[in-house]
Amino acid sequence: MVAIYHYDDADRTLVRERVAQFRDQVDRRLSGALTEEEFRPLRLMNGLYLQLHAYMLRVAIPYGTVSADQMRVLAAIARRYDRDYGHFTTRQNIQFNWIKLEETPDLLHDLAQVDMHAIQTSGNVIRNVTADHYAGAAADELDDSRIYAEIIRQWSTLHPEFSFLPRKFKIAVTASATDRAALKVHDIGVRLHERDGAPGFEVMVGGGQGRTPMIAKTIRDFLPEHDLLSYLEAILRVYNRQGRRDNKYKARIKILVHDLGAAAFAAKVEAEWAEIKDGPLGLPEAEVARIRHHFQPPAFRDLDAPNSLHVAKARIDPAFARWLRINTHAHKQPGYAIVDVSLKPVGGIPGDATADQMDALADIAAQYSFDEIRVTHTQNLVLPHVEEGALHAVWQALGRHGLATPNVGLASDIISCPGMDYCSLATARSIPIAQAISTRLADLDAQEDLGVLGIKISGCINACGHHHVGHIGILGLEKNGQEYYQLTLGGDPGADASLGEVIGKSFSAGGIVDAVEKITVAYRALRTPGEAFIDAYRRLGPAPFKETLYAAA
Amino acid sequence: MPLLKNGTVTADPWHDGTAGLIVTLEQWRAQRDTLLARNVPLGLRLAPSDDVETVGDDARRFALIAIDFPAFTDGRPYSSARLLRERYGYDGELRATGQVLRDQLSFMQRCGFDAFEIANPNAAQDFAAAVGEISVVYQPAGDREPTIAASAHRAA
Ligand code: HEM
Ligand code: SF4
Repeated sequence: MVAIYHYDDADRTLVRERVAQFRDQVDRRLSGALTEEEFRPLRLMNGLYLQLHAYMLRVAIPYGTVSADQMRVLAAIARRYDRDYGHFTTRQNIQFNWIKLEETPDLLHDLAQVDMHAIQTSGNVIRNVTADHYAGAAADELDDSRIYAEIIRQWSTLHPEFSFLPRKFKIAVTASATDRAALKVHDIGVRLHERDGAPGFEVMVGGGQGRTPMIAKTIRDFLPEHDLLSYLEAILRVYNRQGRRDNKYKARIKILVHDLGAAAFAAKVEAEWAEIKDGPLGLPEAEVARIRHHFQPPAFRDLDAPNSLHVAKARIDPAFARWLRINTHAHKQPGYAIVDVSLKPVGGIPGDATADQMDALADIAAQYSFDEIRVTHTQNLVLPHVEEGALHAVWQALGRHGLATPNVGLASDIISCPGMDYCSLATARSIPIAQAISTRLADLDAQEDLGVLGIKISGCINACGHHHVGHIGILGLEKNGQEYYQLTLGGDPGADASLGEVIGKSFSAGGIVDAVEKITVAYRALRTPGEAFIDAYRRLGPAPFKETLYAAA
Repeated sequence: MPLLKNGTVTADPWHDGTAGLIVTLEQWRAQRDTLLARNVPLGLRLAPSDDVETVGDDARRFALIAIDFPAFTDGRPYSSARLLRERYGYDGELRATGQVLRDQLSFMQRCGFDAFEIANPNAAQDFAAAVGEISVVYQPAGDREPTIAASAHRAA
């Protein structure tokens, strides 16, 4: 059985009824009974946006876990309702860009057959809950963060009190010291840890990107497991009542936390929580156990004498060896590995996958990874549980479908939003910039030498491409019909999160590619042995980079 | 404006003042004792920004509390409603006024509203359809339906 949350009758009833409900809403919109203004929040609560050229539908992939069967349905949807591809996003979702309004109820019906939906993937509601994409597999985790993400997903689904919040609301969960979910740029970040052997959470509030980026503040070091939902409800209630509704640019919880100050905000939450903590939202151990049951580890084989075929193959095949070094990750189960599947081929569109690639991945996952696939917030995919002895076969199979680019975490593993190519809010193109940079920096030896380097690109100040937390961040803007690109350095989404700083005047579309290359050259010259880009930047500050970029000009 | 109560369209006895006197939160705070001394049923009209804490346990003194939705996207009244019902023990008529639309009725009902001023001529049919659309709930709210989790544990 795949370690995903298996819907029971009640979960299924909710999704099916929701499809019927939306079908009726679409009918009423098409007949004119609903105005676009009235329909808008309804379609948004079902993930349907109106974009530049067509409707865009965002499908929820809670905490990024998707089964092989579900992936096949996503492929079928790409073929039937879109143009044979889908786009994996930084929120562990998938978006389809070419959707017809009248077909969406059928599409949602198809999704429901494999327990999928688009509920709360947009709108001013609690969005799809994200988690560590290595959950349940990573050697360094304390527990499977998806258990708590699922508990939060259920609590937040069609929450009657919080369906018209001041603004969208994003929650991320991790259960490891390494933050792979960018907790500190979420409205709420929840980190599982232990105190005296008991599980509990650090609760961070008020992070976010967009036009006013902020790093979340910790308002609770240790919240007992039992209190998770009542505490979240208290935070949401304070926000729902006191968050600003007069100006949508000031409506996120980060502004409330900032204006009140974290301590005063925390005091309001604690006061509200004191009233409800003994109420019906308490999380009994039996309920955690019920959810945990869905995330049982797969039937790993006992591999005491590990199969070292991959080691032998790596010795004779440097391309395989490189992929092993870069695209695999330590697994908690001896003899297994986590495989990163890059959706960033050189010159490609970050996060795009064709229907054929999705089908191929489903087959590979079925054969080699207990039917499981993950979506990462860096727009890549993961095969979480691959036996080491099968790594070479997996590498070959992925390679046949253009899915084995050995660049995960490296310079060409670029996050980019859709930008001007699709998005009605864009001020500049972002995909073509990503393509040009990845082509410029394509050399794999050079990339490996550069090491971990996050380049992130957004096509407007909404920051969907995470540029604020890019080691190198690029923001596309526009003036007098001319695109230009602002460069920031030193951002980081990890446990030690920081926001990038603008380091000088902006660049043209061509100039930004040169600028990125110059920064990599400067970094190579300035680093100490083994020093990562972000560490070098933190040590050196912007001055030497400014000099390379602007002095000679 | 038609009033929908218990699923049917009914005449609004507060409309012409026969049922009692409706006051704002400001009036209530300024003239609480005089109003109580008049010995007539009282209704309270709340704006989304009104702090229901300032009504507190006095909530029970009202026969009607009406909360305004100036726009259906203003979600504050949902919290006000839950607090009145769950924290301050209010069990009189809790009415939604303003931009009350069919597709929000079930959320309103779950938070404790039981009366709706709704412009739609098909209000009664709409209401019946709307509140039946989703028959299961994940989280407890004022309605105290058994949640999906609670049912699962009961079945186990
Ligand atoms: C194409 C249609 C899209 C539209 C219209 C759109 C719109 C927006 C807006 C308006 C914001 C700013 C919200 C705020 O600051 O309050 C935002 C933020 C964000 N969006 Fe998008 N977006 C789109 C696509 C995407 C895609 C494809 C991704 C993932 C790759 C994405 C992920 C995010 C993230 C991560 C943020 C910033 C985090 C935050 O502060 O919430 N969006 N989006
Ligand atoms: S950052 Fe701007 S351009 Fe890019 S997807 Fe978001 S809203 Fe669109």
